[in-house]
Amino acid sequence: MARIDTNPRSTQVEEEYSGGSDHTRPASVLLRELVAHLRDNRTQLREEWARRITEAKLLTAMTKDEIFAEATSVYDNYVEALETGTFEALQAYARNLSERIIPRGVETHEVVGIVLLLRDVLARSLFAKYQTDFTMLNRILDAYEPAANRIANTVAVGFVQERERIIREQQEAIRELSTPVLQVRERLLILPIIGVIDPQRARQLTEQLLRGIRTNRAKVVVIDITGVAAMDATVANHLVQTVEASRLLGATVIVTGLSPEIAQTIVNIGVDLGKMNTVGDLQGGIEQAERLLGYKVVPFAEAS
Amino acid sequence: MEVPILKQGDFLIATVQAALTDEDLLHFRTALIHKVVLCRSRGVIVDVTSLDVMDSFASRTLREIAQMIRLRGAETVIVGIQPEVAFAMVQLGLTLEDVATALDLEEGLAHLQQKSESTA
Amino acid sequence: MENEIQVPINSDQDIVAARQKGRSLAAALGFSSGDATLIATAISELARNIITYAKSGEIRLTVINGSARQGIQLVARDQGPGIPDVQQALRDGFSTSGSLGLGLPGVKRLVDEFEIASVENRGTTVTAKKWKR
Repeated sequence: MARIDTNPRSTQVEEEYSGGSDHTRPASVLLRELVAHLRDNRTQLREEWARRITEAKLLTAMTKDEIFAEATSVYDNYVEALETGTFEALQAYARNLSERIIPRGVETHEVVGIVLLLRDVLARSLFAKYQTDFTMLNRILDAYEPAANRIANTVAVGFVQERERIIREQQEAIRELSTPVLQVRERLLILPIIGVIDPQRARQLTEQLLRGIRTNRAKVVVIDITGVAAMDATVANHLVQTVEASRLLGATVIVTGLSPEIAQTIVNIGVDLGKMNTVGDLQGGIEQAERLLGYKVVPFAEAS
Repeated sequence: MEVPILKQGDFLIATVQAALTDEDLLHFRTALIHKVVLCRSRGVIVDVTSLDVMDSFASRTLREIAQMIRLRGAETVIVGIQPEVAFAMVQLGLTLEDVATALDLEEGLAHLQQKSESTA
Repeated sequence: MENEIQVPINSDQDIVAARQKGRSLAAALGFSSGDATLIATAISELARNIITYAKSGEIRLTVINGSARQGIQLVARDQGPGIPDVQQALRDGFSTSGSLGLGLPGVKRLVDEFEIASVENRGTTVTAKKWKR
């Protein structure tokens, strides 16, 4: 938004008194006048805005009706924020709106885009109204600009925060899905770990396993790390903690598939591998688990 | 708050509740040892299912209880540690080593039965 | 829901009160049950340190807002003897017997952010933060 007047002004709304009856009004009165103008011209300004949105090819994921419906509430919330000068309601609205439109595939640049378009549409209408009085126009803009910028900021940030929250949730769900805790026999759980484990995933695995031990009343757990390429000290620590926590729930843990490198990492963090129950491979681990549980696996012929 | 201690044959079952202060824990320790002696119990189950936080003091006290009960020739089993509590405990480094643990009351009793059979 | 809760710590009952308040606050904010337990445990240990080493102090629980999430800040403050060597206290392994030291490395593992300031004979302030995941 270009300004004609070159006098430096602070961006704070300030009370300024210069000559002329129109120019003695304080900022709050100006704001009221501004808000009234935006309300009186609501219908055509909103239409103008919706037109600009379509022109800019934004919100293509939504239908015209949907855009109109959202445009109406955004407009009203926008003007309300201008009027009250408080932004909590707007923040809540922004998050609410985001929650609705993110699953529709609306992206950040679109949300920022439409809010800025609204800001422009409203600013233009102010230019049009006060074009014959530069001083007045400047004072109106002094009242409008900081508020409008803050609104744009609030909506954009609200959208981004909501997006980040959703992404975190999805990541959590993926992590949970990618490591099932399997019950293969009564009282025996197997936790095959594959791929890269970062501390966050390690922690999530532990929580999942402990819950599983409780739900399945497992007495033995076989944690197979054959599929784990490497482990740093932090994650090795998590593994040890998992073993200790499982014991607190009355379960014995057998770790299988320990590579020499990982064994070394565990020794390096000060854990006595001798105290840990380890078996070379998963098969061996399951057999030992069965022995611990008192199972004896015999061929069919013997059993009958 | 007093911890209820029930006799079940050769064993005692103590059920700990949530909001136990340090003083309550110490009273419990005294009462439990006393009852082990009185009843000549062979085993004790301490059920901490309702305990929502196990901190260093609780952990230390439970270990002391187990030690003292062992001096009377009896075995202690801690049962019912919640998954989240277990997780918090190992973060803090409280592993309750040298104290037997089991999932729940049923498992705890099975453990004590097994132990007393093997030492009988 | 209040934004700040202050709990005076003068007796072992206060330890229980503080951790229960911590748990309620965490639950009200929507923390997972597991994280609420971690918070309550951290509060219990910090309050315990106050009683053991300073006889009295306070725990302050505050709701904090980060860039994309909410969290809880725990401040454990006392005017006790202070910790002569904070670095050492943070390094000492919390022995599994649980009877040595302040257990600070352990508490640090329970939370996301951890700061400690201590002046000999003036007191200690521990500030810890846990964010909602």
